[in-house]
This record gives sequence, C-alpha cells and structure tokens, in this order.
Amino acid sequence: MNAARFETHDFDVLVIGAGGAGLRAAIEASAAGARTGVVCKSLLGKAHTVMAEGGVAAALAHVDAKDSWKVHFRDTMLGGKQLNHWRMAQLHAQEAPDRVRELEHWGAVFDRTQDGRILQRNFGGHSAPRLAHVGDRTGLEMIRTLQDHGVHQGFEVFMEVTVSRLLVEGGRVVGAFAYRRENGRFIVFRAKSVVLACGGVGKSFKITSNSWEYTGDGHALAYEAGAELIDMEFVQFHPTGMVWPPGVMGILVTEAVRGEGGILRNSKGERFMEKYDPKRMELSTRDMVARAIYTEVKEGRGSPHGGAFLDISHKPAEWVKKKLPSMYHQFMELADVDITKGPMEVGPTTHYIMGGVRVEPDTGASTVPGLFAAGETSGGMHGANRLGGNSLSDLLVFGRRAGLGAAEQARSRSAQATIDPGQIESAERAMLAPFERTDGPSPYDIHHKLQETMQSLVGIFRVEEDLAAAVREIGRLKQEAAKVRVTGSREFNPGWHLAIDLKAMLTCSEAIARSAQLRKESRGGHARLDFPKTEPEFGTKNTVVKKDGEAMAVGQSPLPEMPAELRAIVDAELEAVKV
Amino acid sequence: MTEAEFHVFRGDAKGGSLQPYKIQVEEGMVVLDAIHHIQAKDAPDLAVRWNCKAAKCGSCSAEVNGRPSLMCKTRLDALPLDQPVVVRPLRSFPVIKDLVTDVSWNYEVNKKIPPFTPKKDAPWRWMQEDIDRVQEYRKCIECFLCQNVCHVIREHGVKAGFGGPRFFVRTAGLEMHPMDDADRTALLKDDLGIGYCNITKCCTEVCPEDIHITDNAIIPLKERVVDEHYDPLRKVFKLLTGKK
Repeated sequence: MNAARFETHDFDVLVIGAGGAGLRAAIEASAAGARTGVVCKSLLGKAHTVMAEGGVAAALAHVDAKDSWKVHFRDTMLGGKQLNHWRMAQLHAQEAPDRVRELEHWGAVFDRTQDGRILQRNFGGHSAPRLAHVGDRTGLEMIRTLQDHGVHQGFEVFMEVTVSRLLVEGGRVVGAFAYRRENGRFIVFRAKSVVLACGGVGKSFKITSNSWEYTGDGHALAYEAGAELIDMEFVQFHPTGMVWPPGVMGILVTEAVRGEGGILRNSKGERFMEKYDPKRMELSTRDMVARAIYTEVKEGRGSPHGGAFLDISHKPAEWVKKKLPSMYHQFMELADVDITKGPMEVGPTTHYIMGGVRVEPDTGASTVPGLFAAGETSGGMHGANRLGGNSLSDLLVFGRRAGLGAAEQARSRSAQATIDPGQIESAERAMLAPFERTDGPSPYDIHHKLQETMQSLVGIFRVEEDLAAAVREIGRLKQEAAKVRVTGSREFNPGWHLAIDLKAMLTCSEAIARSAQLRKESRGGHARLDFPKTEPEFGTKNTVVKKDGEAMAVGQSPLPEMPAELRAIVDAELEAVKV
Repeated sequence: MTEAEFHVFRGDAKGGSLQPYKIQVEEGMVVLDAIHHIQAKDAPDLAVRWNCKAAKCGSCSAEVNGRPSLMCKTRLDALPLDQPVVVRPLRSFPVIKDLVTDVSWNYEVNKKIPPFTPKKDAPWRWMQEDIDRVQEYRKCIECFLCQNVCHVIREHGVKAGFGGPRFFVRTAGLEMHPMDDADRTALLKDDLGIGYCNITKCCTEVCPEDIHITDNAIIPLKERVVDEHYDPLRKVFKLLTGKK
C-alpha cells in the first residue's frame, strides 16, 4: 500500500458518528479496555443530538410515583403499534432510569422537582410525566455531558471526517475508508469491530428538521456491507415544524410546547384534535397529530402559511420563557412571533426514521460479523412510530450496549485483518471520479430533485401509484448521480461532499419507497390511502431490505414473538399496570 | 423580489479576497440561506459550516458586515441591503477555506479542564435555585464567537497559557455545580490565564445565548482565584499551618 495516498489508523473499536449513541458507545468501549476511535462529519458536539429539545424518557417516577418500567414498556409498544422488537423495548424501559442518573453523575444539570430531584414532564403517548429535561435544550445538555466526560476517557476523535465505505474481508467488516473534509485526504481505518451511530435520513426530504449530516450514511454503509435493514417504510413526520419563513421551514418546534399545555387550533378556531383523538388531544402520538394537521390543511382549514396554530400564550409569559426558552427566541428572532402573546404556525416535518439496521437487542450486533449499530441508525426499538423522548433514552441505553458488544467482539480477535489493496483503490476511484468528468449534473440539482420526489410521493400519506413513480424517479436519479460532476479542489468542498452523500441518500430513499410498497396497510408512521386499515397479518411481520448482487431485495420476516409475561403487560388496561 | 449583493471571502491559508455574488431576497431570509443559495447556484465549492439552522449548534459563526454573528440568526431585513453584505470568516482563527476556520485549539483547551468530580456520598438532591446559575453557563453552544472577539486572543493569537471566555464559562459551570468537589483555581490562574482578561465585556456582547459571560462567570472566578492565591491573610495561615 502506498502510504502517501492515505493515512492508516488501527483501533479495536471504530465508532462512526458522535451524537448521543456514538459518544455513549465510545465511552463504554473505552471503559471495557478497547482502543477506540470516533469519526464524525462535523465538529464534536454539533451532531443532531444537540438539537433535541423536549427531554429524555425514563421511568424515574419522580413526578408520578406510579410510573415504572412496565408502564413505559407498555406505552412504547402501543406507540409503536406493537411492531417494536419486544426485547429492545424491554431493555430500554428497564435501563433508561440508570442511564439518566449516570448522566447526572457525569455532570448533567437537569431541571428539578420541588423536592430537589430530576423534574419530568408530559409528552405524547407517555401515560406519566416521564421526560427528564433542561428547559427545551435537553439534547445540548446531553451531548455536552457526554462530550466533556468522553474527552477524559482516552478515545481518539477524528472531527470532520466522513466514511464513504466499510471495508469487508471474508464477509466480516474489518475497517472503513474515509476522507478528511478539510483537505480531502483519505484515511484507512482498520478495526476489529465497527459501530454505526450515524443518525437518520431526513435530508432526502424537502421539509425536514434534520441537518445536512442526515444523509443516511449508517443505513447505506450497512446495506452495502450486506447487513439487513428492517422497517424502512416507517418515517416519522413530526407534527410541529416551523412553516414560515421559507428559510426555516421544517425546523423543529418541540413537543414540549404541547407537553406543557399548548393547544392546537385550525383557521376556524376549532381545537381539531377533538375529532382525531378526543382522549389524548394534543398529547396523542406523533403519527396521529401529524396526520391531523395535514388533513386540516388539506381540507382548507389551515393557517395563512399552510399549517395549524399552536398556542401556549394562555400561560404566564415568564413561565413560558423559562420552560421553553429556545422556542421563545426561535420564533421571536426568525419569524417575528412572540409566543407569549400569540400562536405559532406549525406543520409536519420529516424528523426521524424508525427503521434501520437489524440488530441483536442485547449487543447491537448487526447481521454482518464485526458490524454493530445503535441509535437512529438501528431499527426495531420504536416499531411503527416513536414516542417523543424515547430517542434520547434509546441513544444512551443502546449506545452503551453496542459499545460493550463491539468491545467484546474485538477482544475475541487477536489481530487486524489484512485488507485487499484492490478494495481501497476502488474506494479511492469512486471518490475522485466526480472531479475527472468534464461534464455532468450538479450534485445540488440531483439532491433538489430527490427531495421533491420524496416529499411529494413518499410523504405522510402514500399510495401505490406514487410509490411506484418514486421508485422509477429514484432509479433515474441514481443514473444521474453516477455521472455527477464536481468542480473546485479537494479542500473543504461541500459540492464534492454532497456528491458522495447522494449515494447514501438514494439508497435509503429506495429502501423507504420499496418497503412502503410492500406494506399494504396503514400503521404508525406509514399511512396508505389505498390501504387505510391496520391489518393484523402485517402486525406479525418486519419488512426486510438486503443487498442482492447489485439489486435491492425487499421481503418480510416474522416479528420476534413476545414472551407471555410481557404480552400480559401490553394487553392489560393501563390501570392494571400503573399501580 | 429584491436582489441583494453579497461579498463573500473566498480563499484559504495562503490568502484570498472578497468575491461578489447576487441573490434573490426571500421573506424572512437569513445570511446562511443566502450562502446556501450561492452554493447551489454559483459556487458549489463555497466552504461553510452549519448544522441546525436554529441557533442551537453554534456551527455557522462568521463576521457579517464586520459583526461576529451566527449566520442562521442574522436576518437580511436587519441589514442595509443598499450596500453589499460582507461575509468573512472568524478573524481570530486560521482560515482553512472560505468561511471555515481552524477552531481545533478550543478542543485542546477543553481537554485540560478537570472533569466534573462529584463529592463523596453526594445526596444528588438540589433545589432549582441552586442551579439556575449553572444552567446559564451550560446554555453555551460553543460557537466560539466570544473567543473570536476576546482581546487577548485577537491580539496575541491562540496560545498556551490562556483559555478564553468559552472556557471560563465552562469552568464556572463546574466550579459552581453544587455537587462538584474539585478545585480549578490553579488551572484558572496558570493554564487558562484568567488574569489576562481585562473585562471589556466584548464576549458578553456577542454571545448568541445571552450568557452574562463577564459578570456571571469571569468576575466570580477572578474573585475565587484572588481569594485562593493572593489573599495575604490566607498566605500567612497556609505558611503557619502548612495547610493548602
């Protein structure tokens, strides 16, 4: 191998992604004695976790003494329309309280109850006040705590480095090929095990709360390495994103607004959730509220900029500023709206993907040896719809478990694998080809077309005809992307970075559209106009996507069967569980 | 729709210049939107950092018409559009390319600060009033605008022996945490050089999170350092008793 062409680094465990899951995995892997490296596309502390607002769900039972892991487990399974992997939902509910307390011991400063314990707030689908929080900047608190704790744990961080390919030898993941965004130089990582914690896919949609980083890298890397993806049709459209002004369309408006008593109204002043979920109203699950707002707008009862009104101004102004400080500033500064005086305009925004890499619940191991996944990149935990607050807890619980699983598997391997130079050369060629073309489409144009396609054809309500059209269009865009041309140098070149990210976005988009075609029912985040009912036969199946030669194979596999004692918890009345 | 002219720094460590671009102004547009329009239309390789677009991540710091700002929060309707909008990278850090600077020094300083060290047998109960102050420091989004305008860093560059406002805020968050048991006054005095700060409050003025950096973090820390290291009575006491 030519040393000048790339740098080489060896690790026991390589973690790709430095959000909540990645950092938690790295902390655990280091603690288990593994020499650990972390790669992230942005600067440390800027990952998507920093944008999480409302809180982290854990049955600490500080506000409601009757809350317990069983109630949390039941809420999670019902919110996910029972498509969740029961074991993940169980581990998550059982371990989240310890993970939150652990954060506090690492320096996190959560808001307090009257008696000085961690305060918890209401959120949609949770049948107790359960979200530990810091105003509406919980994600910042969490990532900073993990970051500041992490820098003393001895793992090495590679900031502004993007992995373009996993290196596979003999059916096993043995490393990763990456480039430094700053100067375009290549890196070969050799690793005994690799953890994918790359977040989600929102950047394939036009209206999204997600940042440029959310291009589905983890999902696509796993797919290319031969791993199975499950339930990719389940995309969460968060009910409340900003709808105006145009530049901020899609930016998240925290569910904590509703958790703290915010009311949704249409242009006629009607509290429309009465029609859709009279029992839970604004605190219904996200899939329900998103569809309700969408329907109100579609039927002509939307706000001036095509959303619904969300109002918290009936609460005292000082209280609103204390509980929802960043919402107050966000609307004041970006939209000229004082939320203590009047309503916000909000509408659905692509926020999260429930589907992802199929993992073993206890260890985070994927179906490919040497490869692990955690957080949004993994699938199964949230089933057909994720409850708000369950993501931050997911990151902690399964980030830790994947870090441990990866360290353990690394220990069983004595040496780094020898990597075929041909693999590396082919990864290099793929990176440099866009520069060599003298003609070809712009990556920005292809991205724009993909976003339009996903937004209009694979959105909140789906129908076979649209999905088929989307699959055709994605196929066409894949051909365009193969001819993409990049100008400029290898130094910090966003056009080049986008050209590389496009491949992952297209793979994920195809997986979403094809999985959506196969699921001929409506369930959670997946709503079909042509199959509006929830069908029991689909309730026992995961959708599975796997690479088959150069084609994408989409099929089904049976949902793991829940043990009787857990089944009893899910089937019981709330009052019987919450005791 | 009105048109606006932008003069954006293009270049790298070797040098560069302002380049003119024209954009169509949309309602409610911010400077970061304009930069994205320029990228998509005229300059696909224009380098810029950004993530959240909502002032939560602190990535898109730059100097807009000479004022250090988050581009995602700087509205075009607050700028005089009859003249070009000038966008330059942060001045105190070395340019990598265009609007992207090398801020890695900050991450090195952070590593020097001893982590949160809980008291033995801490009860883990505290009142909201006890942490209001700590939560103010913890609002920091690490945009490094305060570092960029700090006179010590601006005039003398990034050097060992000085930490800058960001890390005074971070240290304050640890020092004033009700459960923390470590003493960081020697670090503040020697490694972070808090004595160099002459409280001009420029850092406070540019903070997008409205943290009262000077009044609430730096001054109380300066007092702690003085109490600990320069109090003549305490010096005599230490000398006589041999206690630290």
